[in-house]
Order: sequence, then C-alpha cells, then structure tokens
Amino acid sequence: MSSNKMTPHISRAFDQDLENIRTRVMEMGGLIEQQLENALKGLVDNEVETAESVLKAEYRVNSMEVSIDEDCTQILAKRQPAAGDLRLVMAVGKTITDLERVGDEAQKIAKMAIELSQKSGPKSYYIGINSMGNHVRKMLRGSLDAFARMDSKAALEVASQEPESDDQYAALLRQMITYMIEDPRSITSVLDAIWCARSLERVGDHARNICEYTIYLVEGKDVRHISLDQIAREIGSEDNP
Amino acid sequence: MQLNRTEKIIDMNNETGQFSPGDPESQAGGSHKFNVGAGLADRKHRLHLKNETPCLKVSDFNLFYGADQALKNINMIIPQERVTAFIGPSGCGKSTLLRCFNRMNDLIDIVKTEGSIYLHEQDIYNKKVNVAELRRRIGMVFQKPNPFPKSVYENVAYGLRIQGVRDRHKLDDAVENSLRSAALWDEVKDRLNTNALGLSGGQQQRLVIARAIAIEPEILLLDEPASALDPISTLKIEELIHELKNNYTIVIVTHNMQQAARVSDYTAYMYIGEIIEYTDTNTLFTNPGKKMTEDYITGRYG
Repeated sequence: MSSNKMTPHISRAFDQDLENIRTRVMEMGGLIEQQLENALKGLVDNEVETAESVLKAEYRVNSMEVSIDEDCTQILAKRQPAAGDLRLVMAVGKTITDLERVGDEAQKIAKMAIELSQKSGPKSYYIGINSMGNHVRKMLRGSLDAFARMDSKAALEVASQEPESDDQYAALLRQMITYMIEDPRSITSVLDAIWCARSLERVGDHARNICEYTIYLVEGKDVRHISLDQIAREIGSEDNP
Repeated sequence: MQLNRTEKIIDMNNETGQFSPGDPESQAGGSHKFNVGAGLADRKHRLHLKNETPCLKVSDFNLFYGADQALKNINMIIPQERVTAFIGPSGCGKSTLLRCFNRMNDLIDIVKTEGSIYLHEQDIYNKKVNVAELRRRIGMVFQKPNPFPKSVYENVAYGLRIQGVRDRHKLDDAVENSLRSAALWDEVKDRLNTNALGLSGGQQQRLVIARAIAIEPEILLLDEPASALDPISTLKIEELIHELKNNYTIVIVTHNMQQAARVSDYTAYMYIGEIIEYTDTNTLFTNPGKKMTEDYITGRYG
C-alpha cells in the first residue's frame, strides 16, 4: 500500500491531521537525535555544559510525547481511521514511546557525564563507548529515515544492525572488566561507563522497535519478536489471497 | 517480563508445541532473538473462508436490469452461522446481490439473471424451486421498518398463522421466543395487543426482525437494517446481530463501514457490480489487499 499514500482523503482536514502527527514525530525524532548526540559529546569530550543542556531539554521531549499522543487519541476518536491510516496512528503512538525512552537513556548518559567529569581517572574506555554511540546513533537516524520515507526494506536493513550493537556491548563489557581487574580503584567510574554502554545498547533496541513499527505501517504485518530472517520473509511474501 | 508475555501469546497459538517456553536457547537470546519456530502464522487467530462451511454458494452469477449489467460474474460463498457484510458505494450492486439470495429480484420485470446460487446443494434459481418456501428459509429485513398495521403480537405471529398454526400455546411461545431473541420482549411484553405502529423506529425494526425469525429461517438478509435508526437503537440492532449469529447465517448490507467492521466476520467490498475484495473483516479493515478497498474504507478518492 505504501506507494499509494499520496491519494488524498475526501476530508482534507483528515489529511492534515495525519500529516501533522507524521511531521511532529520527525520533529521529535530530530530532537532526540540531538539529545543523544549532546549526551555523548558531554561524556566523551568531557563537556559538562553540553551534558547539562540535555537535562534542560528533557521536558521538551516529554511534552512532545504527551502532545503527539493526544493528537493520536483525537484522530482515533473523531476519524475512526482504517487500514493504512489506522496503522499510521498506531505506529506513531508506539514510535513516540520508544523515542521518549531513547530520550531517557540520553538523559541517563548526560547525568553520568556530569558525575564522571568530577572524577579523575583514565578516560580511555570512552573510545569504545564513542564508537558504540556512533553506531546506535546511525541506527536511530536510519530508523527515523525509514519511517519518514515509509520504506520497509530500509527499516529491515537498520533493524539488522541491532545484533551488532549487542556484540559491541558484550565486547565493551569484557574490556571494562579488565580495567576493573587491573585497577580496583577504577571500579566506580568504570561501572558508570558500563551503565552508559548499557543505555546505548537499549537505544539500539528502541531503534529496532521503530523499524518494526515502520514495517507494520507499510506492510501491515506485525514483525515484533521474530527473527530477522523471518522479518525478511514476511516483507517478501504476499499474505493476502 | 516482556519475554514472558510473548511466550504466553505464542504458547496459546501454537498447539503443535514447536516453541517451548523453557528452551534455554530462546531465553538466552533476549527478546528479539529467540526463534518462535512456526513464525507469524501462529500469531494470527484469523478466520478464513477456506475453513468455513458454505451456506450459500454463488457461482458465475450475472444480473441485468434490461441492458445494464448490475452484477458481473459473482463467485463467492456465504459461510454458515457467520455474519457477512457487503460494503461499497451506492450503485455497486450490494443490495441487488443480497436480494438475489431470496429471489426478491424476481419481482422486477426487467431483471434477467445468469448463473446459479446454491443454498446448500440446491440451486435456488432452478425452475422447480418453490419461491415462497425459499423465502421462508431465507428471511429479509429492510432499511425502513415495515410492521403490519396490526398488534405487536399479530405481527410476530403472522408468518406462523399463514403456515396454518392455530394452537394458541404454540403461537404464544413462538411470539415470546422471537421477541426475546430480538431483544424486544422486555419493552413490549405489557403491550402485545397495542398497534405496532405505535412503537419507536428502533423497536419497530427489532419487531420486524422478530417477525422474520418467528418462522425460523436459516438465513437472515439485512438490507441497511440500522441506517434509519438513532445511535442507541443502532447499537441494539448490532448487539442483536451478534446474538443471532449463533443460530443464523446473516448477510448484511450497510453503508456504515464502522458498522460492517463491528458486526461482521467477513466483508466483501463491491464496486460497479464486481466483488473487488472478499476476506475476513479484521484483515479487510486493517490491511486490505487492494488499493481500491483501502481507498474506499479510508475515505479517499477512488
């Protein structure tokens, strides 16, 4: 159905309502990307002010979630959307929940950055966190792009990168453990760094969720909790007789 | 937590037991990685026409009003003891098709039909078919309630009286049962002998349904049964349809798509005399296979 989204509704106000929530999800996505970038910058480059800006902007994330959610409720109540329209409203409702959680993870990282800036100690383990951060940021951006373009193939591609962030997390953990063994005094700060890595791993999960909502939106197939191979098969198959 | 819930869902749907919740490999993989074995198919509790017992079977059916073809090569089954809805824009032939099922179109001189409609194994367009008997087995309710200008009681008892039932007890029982089935008994039990035209529109419509089911048909054809009613009466009719499908095969024509979505198990979308898409209602309203269907149910230009 994806290629036909441009056919307008008889009710133009309905078109506007739907366009409005789509646009605002992208807006929220942009803000979240910024939050995550700032949080990582605060941590890796030891920029306390940048980290603090993340905490300051958190209320905007929350209010956007609430307000888009309300718009979705209004559309459900007034328009009784069906088929692709219904899937759009449902996908938007879920996407903003995941985006808000990414925002929470960014907030955690920012808090950690502020705490860690006051502790002395080796910062070399940030290199791993930074590269993991770049990976999940790329995933998040890709998931939002796929959503904006309603491209289920691109969504699958981004979702396929999620196992890599799991692997990176596992590798980072092993590295952190060696740090702690080598120098027990570093345990507190290394633990904090582990929490950051954990947050980033969660961001990867959320990005994958957003991809799955996009696949649902475009293909009408619920692909949560199944393997990537199965998702690929679902996208390829025609389900309706 | 998330993992547990997922397991339950899969467990319920997977009778073959291909996925075991205790499988350590699937536990270790995290919520995204475990393999559910049989895949998505198990997650869908879908109705499917393939699994239904056909009550009516339409085969290569064409209908002409004079030179105009109103139904084009219709092939479909109406499943037994399910609610099937026909939707589509005005003039798409949905009412015409409905009226074919009890040969109401015979009453229009210029109508000519080709093909067959089978009620179980019998072709209802066969010349030997007794049309009065056919209409007893396939009852019909119209858009506008049309009670006879008689008492509530006599309206419901009418069909049985025509069949020659004289026994007062039998009639009393049939009237009460029919009115109860039509969810009208409590509202009219104290005024069974007042004129039915004094009832409200919603009550009249339910009375007409009671009249239709008094003679125990197999199939009920409902042509826009709630379009002239207020929202509360509409909901009562919809609730009634839901109750009745345990004992009857119901076919409903409606302009109200949400109504079709609410009451039916299967929905056929028709456009200019053809069935464009016919599938289970859940699929049709969430993920239709054809763009024309999608455009219609989402209110877009075709």
